[in-house]
Amino acid sequence: MSAEPVSAEPTLLAPVAAAPLPPGRTLAARLMRNPVVAIGAGFLLLMALIGAFAPLLGTLDPGAINPATRNRPPGFERTIRAEDGSTSTFRHRMGTDSLGRDVYSRVLYGARVSLAIAVSVAALSLAVGLLLGLVAGYIRPLDGPIMRLMDGLMAIPGILLAIAVVSLFRAGLPAVIAAIVVPEIPRVVRLVRSIVLSVREEPYVEAAIMAGTRLPLLMARHILPNTVAPLIVQGTFIAASAILVEAVLSFLGIGIPPETPSWGNIMAEGRNLFRVYPHNILYPGIVLGLTVLAVNMLGDGLRDTLDPKMTGR
Amino acid sequence: MAGYILRRLLAAIPVLAIVAVLVFLMLRLTPGDPAAVIAGDNASSEQIAQVRQKLGLDQSLPAQFAIWIGNLLHGNLGESFFFKKSIGELILGRIEPTLSLAAATMLIAVCVAIPLGVVAAYRHGSWLDRIVMGMSVLGFSVPVFVIGYLLIYVFSITLGWFPVQGYQPLSAGLGGYLHRLVLPAVTLSVVYIALIARMTRASVLEVLNEDYIRTARAKGQVERKILFRHALKNAAVPIVTVVGIGIALLIGGVVVTESVFAIPGLGRLTVDAVLARDYPTIQALILMFSGVYVLINLLIDLTYSLFDPRIRH
Repeated sequence: MSAEPVSAEPTLLAPVAAAPLPPGRTLAARLMRNPVVAIGAGFLLLMALIGAFAPLLGTLDPGAINPATRNRPPGFERTIRAEDGSTSTFRHRMGTDSLGRDVYSRVLYGARVSLAIAVSVAALSLAVGLLLGLVAGYIRPLDGPIMRLMDGLMAIPGILLAIAVVSLFRAGLPAVIAAIVVPEIPRVVRLVRSIVLSVREEPYVEAAIMAGTRLPLLMARHILPNTVAPLIVQGTFIAASAILVEAVLSFLGIGIPPETPSWGNIMAEGRNLFRVYPHNILYPGIVLGLTVLAVNMLGDGLRDTLDPKMTGR
Repeated sequence: MAGYILRRLLAAIPVLAIVAVLVFLMLRLTPGDPAAVIAGDNASSEQIAQVRQKLGLDQSLPAQFAIWIGNLLHGNLGESFFFKKSIGELILGRIEPTLSLAAATMLIAVCVAIPLGVVAAYRHGSWLDRIVMGMSVLGFSVPVFVIGYLLIYVFSITLGWFPVQGYQPLSAGLGGYLHRLVLPAVTLSVVYIALIARMTRASVLEVLNEDYIRTARAKGQVERKILFRHALKNAAVPIVTVVGIGIALLIGGVVVTESVFAIPGLGRLTVDAVLARDYPTIQALILMFSGVYVLINLLIDLTYSLFDPRIRH
């Protein structure tokens, strides 16, 4: 479409478009009144704090290998000799792994890795998906090619696509993030495109076009705000799935390098001796499950609050 | 109907063609010489040259694609340089365990999830409903392999009811076959149950407000029949759809579950192929899984008219 560049942005014609979200205070209040959201958000905040302050929470260096105390059960106490000859005891709350590393420390530091992956995957998927979705929904000639590509990507089962992407690059954090992002993009693109397609028929958008609003401004002021609420919801679910997929990739031995303490890596390390020492899988598994549960609860609550039609479903 | 099936089949072709292009480009996106990558790490320069010539890698990209697709359409999936076998043979030898696992999982999931979803919808808002919904969020939040190891720990190691790992072909006896299939199938069904139960509940809940349900009650129909005949049948289309979409989840889960339970199926083959960087095998497996996924969803579309005669093709 080509807009006439003569007139300025007609604010009087389209004052309602930019306010699909209720004002912040009421929204936050409504959200926090929902116990599901409060519990989910609270737990995630706790995990973020644990990750941030892991060095202060009675942990050892999560990478420190100690051949003398390999495969110790939870609660094992070990004597640490300091340089000046004095000794202290350290209690391995969650035991040690097959290299003698402290599982408790690794689980706490693992929160950093898993949460960082969750946030970056969600942000990247939303950014790329939003861009492609806006283009597909608004620039008609590009709609076909973009959506066909997305159909193709969606036809490949997610984990398999992630495995394929990982196999292309050398193992590392960027490869893992890319591998989790790629399968998520098509869903975001579809969501954004469908919103754009319905919004562009709205009278206020037509009015803005008639008044000669340029495309970038039209997008930013009249179309983009409509995508915010659904994208926030979608982003939470992407974050939940990112934590799970990272764990699965690491567990299969194709995730981030094994010395990095991610929850998936701790469990992958514990696989071989699982029958004798189940704690290596049990503790990180529980922490990971609770974290993903919290993210999912937050997502469900956000969806119920932001989209009242879905309440109770 | 025949015309509709044909049209849908034709519509699936472009999607699969895009998947084929993506899978084809996958190898070309890897850094380095694809011939060297395919030949494997230990190949001599003569072997690499041989591979290059055999696969036509010295020709232009479109010509390479034509050769590759031509081979595929002739049923020639290529050769695995890692397993030293034709990929077709390799896949055929691994189908039985995967098919058994997938079928058993689906059976368990449908038999458990649909009654759970119906009851949750019927007792909407009750503690039972809350438990079913809570468990379904939990089911989405725990990685498949953690569930697998938990079940192994409880039922195999502690109680000794099931073998810890392994697979026994059907030809070696039905008892041993089923005995080894139960735990992996239950493991894999958890996330699938969560998905289907949620959708069943939402779909039945919507239908329960319809006039014909009130009519059925008014004429004195038994509640059980109202639920399973009047409500469930009318709620079937979304449920069947989610069963189909869940196939992607199932395929991802198969990869993980087979690794946990040491089942020599296609999922394990996928992981082994990725670890060995055996690209021709990875390509073939991704194509095959995507084809299965697309075709199953096509079949499911075709069953809609069985559940809802208003949907005519």
